[in-house]
Amino acid sequence: MTEIIVVTSGKGGVGKTTSSASLATGIAQLGKKVAVIDFDVGLRNLDLIMGCERRVVYDFVNVIHGEASLKQALIKDKRVETLFVLAASQTRDKDALTQEGVERVLDELAKDGFDYVICDSPAGIEKGAHLAMYFADRAVVVVNPEVSSVRDSDRILGLLASKTRRSERGEGGVPGHLLLTRYHPARVEAGEMLSLQDVEELLGIPVVGVIPESDGVLTASNTGVPVILDESSNAGQAYTDTVARLLGEVRPIRFLDAPKKGFLKRVFGG
Amino acid sequence: MGILDFLRNRREPPAAMAKERLRIIVAQERAHRGGPDYLPLMRNELLAVIRKYVHVDLDAIDIHLERDGEHDVLELSVALPEGKGGE
Ligand SMILES: Nc1ncnc2c1ncn2[C@@H]1O[C@H](COP(=O)(O)OP(=O)(O)O)[C@@H](O)[C@H]1O
Ligand SMILES: [Mg+2]
Repeated sequence: MTEIIVVTSGKGGVGKTTSSASLATGIAQLGKKVAVIDFDVGLRNLDLIMGCERRVVYDFVNVIHGEASLKQALIKDKRVETLFVLAASQTRDKDALTQEGVERVLDELAKDGFDYVICDSPAGIEKGAHLAMYFADRAVVVVNPEVSSVRDSDRILGLLASKTRRSERGEGGVPGHLLLTRYHPARVEAGEMLSLQDVEELLGIPVVGVIPESDGVLTASNTGVPVILDESSNAGQAYTDTVARLLGEVRPIRFLDAPKKGFLKRVFGG
Repeated sequence: MGILDFLRNRREPPAAMAKERLRIIVAQERAHRGGPDYLPLMRNELLAVIRKYVHVDLDAIDIHLERDGEHDVLELSVALPEGKGGE
């Protein structure tokens, strides 16, 4: 069985591509065969975050239009054996993706024995975002602790419940998991930022992970290495936990408390 | 808004204000979800008519479509300003 997971949010710039890259890499590290697909037609970026931008020859739209085979377009990751990337096209044609085309590609991935397909959704609620979620079995809803992100995510939850294959088949919509990213424990403690509990209450979906704001994410994108591979970074560790939870493990959520910055602590470590 | 409310609001941490505002808007948007696309437009037109007679705020009017057995019931409620039946 192939499981299709969409990484979505409504709002742009919240960490969907960062999360897609790390989740796909982390699941593949566990020996699962994983394809991660960039649905952001016209604004290809996943290739950069995965560090394979110079190896893109054919893309998702080429496959859909029959200009290349899926095998030709899938880029094999250099670090993790069982991981493959399908890049977005840089075309400006918004109708380049079709529902039938996307379905054909997903069916072929299933035939090729992929265990997981991760769909990196574009921002917005237009066609690209719709197609990224349409065939999904589950959704990772990426949210920042900030008003517009929370509101947009709630909108996306409405679409997952009503505008997907699962909802049309009466299978109860696509279940969503909350992935709260760019979390600042110190600002939450100061009452300046919505807490995990606030966002959980507002959206009413189970939490799959909390990723702290971290310098490691910028370093990761600069170097083209998904942050989950940086074991020294809090964000990387938080993504590793998230992968485990996505696959059913129960783990406590880390990095929720602000580091104590007392003098003694700084001198003696802590 | 009285001075006490004003002070209270100022002391409320920003995150708490964010949560309260979100709680309200999210509930409102959920209630309208799945309703016909003409609802927001109709709401604005109704508001314009009501405002010819009474001055009410934009958020004083609430439209709900509810299913009552076989029927869809359109429920419209308007909060009139305190102590003023008309102007
Ligand atoms: N946990 C984090 N800490 C710091 N920066 C982050 C974090 N997550 C994402 N970012 C940054 O936020 C920006 C948007 O991330 P991206 O994954 O491209 O979002 P999206 O795909 O939702 O548009 C990028 O510059 C990324 O480096
Ligand atoms: Mg993106």
